[in-house]
Amino acid sequence: MMTERAPVDPHPLTSKEMATRVAVDIPEGWYVNLGIGIPTLIADQMPSDREVIFHSENGILGMGPVPRPELVDPWLINAGKQHITLRAGGSFFHHAESFAMIRGGHLDLSVLGAFEVAENGDVANWATLEKDTALGVGGAMDLATGAKRLWIVMEHTTKDGRPRLVRRCSYPLTALGTVKRVYTNLAVLEVVPQGFAVTEMIPGMTLDSLQSRTEAKLVPPS
Amino acid sequence: MINKFVSSVAEALEGIADGSVVLVGGFGEVGQPLALIDGLIEQGARELILVHNNAGVGQLGLARLLALGRVRKVICSFPRSSGSIVFQQLYKERKVELELVPQGTLAERIRAAGAGIAGFYTATAAGTQLGERKETREFDGRSCVLETALRGDVALVEAWSADRWGNLNYKESGRNFNPVMATAAKLTVVQAQHMVELGQMDPEGIVTPGIFVNRVVHIPNGIPTVP
Repeated sequence: MMTERAPVDPHPLTSKEMATRVAVDIPEGWYVNLGIGIPTLIADQMPSDREVIFHSENGILGMGPVPRPELVDPWLINAGKQHITLRAGGSFFHHAESFAMIRGGHLDLSVLGAFEVAENGDVANWATLEKDTALGVGGAMDLATGAKRLWIVMEHTTKDGRPRLVRRCSYPLTALGTVKRVYTNLAVLEVVPQGFAVTEMIPGMTLDSLQSRTEAKLVPPS
Repeated sequence: MINKFVSSVAEALEGIADGSVVLVGGFGEVGQPLALIDGLIEQGARELILVHNNAGVGQLGLARLLALGRVRKVICSFPRSSGSIVFQQLYKERKVELELVPQGTLAERIRAAGAGIAGFYTATAAGTQLGERKETREFDGRSCVLETALRGDVALVEAWSADRWGNLNYKESGRNFNPVMATAAKLTVVQAQHMVELGQMDPEGIVTPGIFVNRVVHIPNGIPTVP
């Protein structure tokens, strides 16, 4: 008697696997800013033979990996206040010039984390709903608005299972209509005029199952 | 003979009045003019409006200036770095005002002040909470908000090298807001790690020409540390 083959159980991607997935899509020659959190992990997932130039808001192009402790240069930190290195060809510049690169559309890509992304490309990633706490925005609005394209990498749902891909954001907005693509631990989605178009799902994931974890209506792969 | 070097921090900070708008350079622990901040604590000016990327961490430096009740308002992009305990507490008790500005807009408002530009339109923050109550105008179909120049009464800057004309350069990520702020205040005060002879700096490598600088004090500060 033939046994029916059990469907593959979907294994949501880890943070590192999400970073690896994003790295695949970044071509040689792009100037890229990586936000704090999962986006930061992308740099280490780039193949060493692909030249991608990383930008840091505090005035660095050509940012390299975190050094071994004995090689730390105390004057060299990134926007996440981590000690980093500078690649050959790297440069330093002041804050206004750094954000001219961002605002002026010179960066090919900004990758940010988010609380929510809406089907119209709105993104919310800076303000929590805490009371009596001073909020911080940093460079999030500049990056979400200014780069040539904005990709978001985030978990598909919150820890308690609420969807993060929504019809309209409930958190305060970072930028309006600028998200081009979202990488989650379950899928890759493009923001198109009809909403979120699913371009990729992890093995074992079905469109119905993904839809049940998504508030916005998904556009099936064509 | 022009000599912008002064012999002490106290001399460098002489005349800073109560209510001054104080631009303070630095990002993270790098490029912060720590000796000048300590000097400002000593100097005693009150009701200050502090412009800096953050709002102080730990208990020393800017956090101490805040804790002493000397700051009326903070204009910054990110007041919630880990360790911004003093500011968060004062904010909660409504003892300090906050004007939250996107980081690039903060840098550009300061740059505009130094360049004599009264204001500019940017898409950053348009349609968001931080763009509320700001004049909005469409450019090429894109909604933009009007941002105005942010001028300091005083700028406190940390440089790597300085000569007696006040020419400056910076070290690595210690540049950050420093050269922008140096252009944007009525009184620009610099602490420099190295004092060099006139002519020793490579003219191609001078980041802040001395025209922007009023006073320099030589502080061989050692490596950047969290205050």
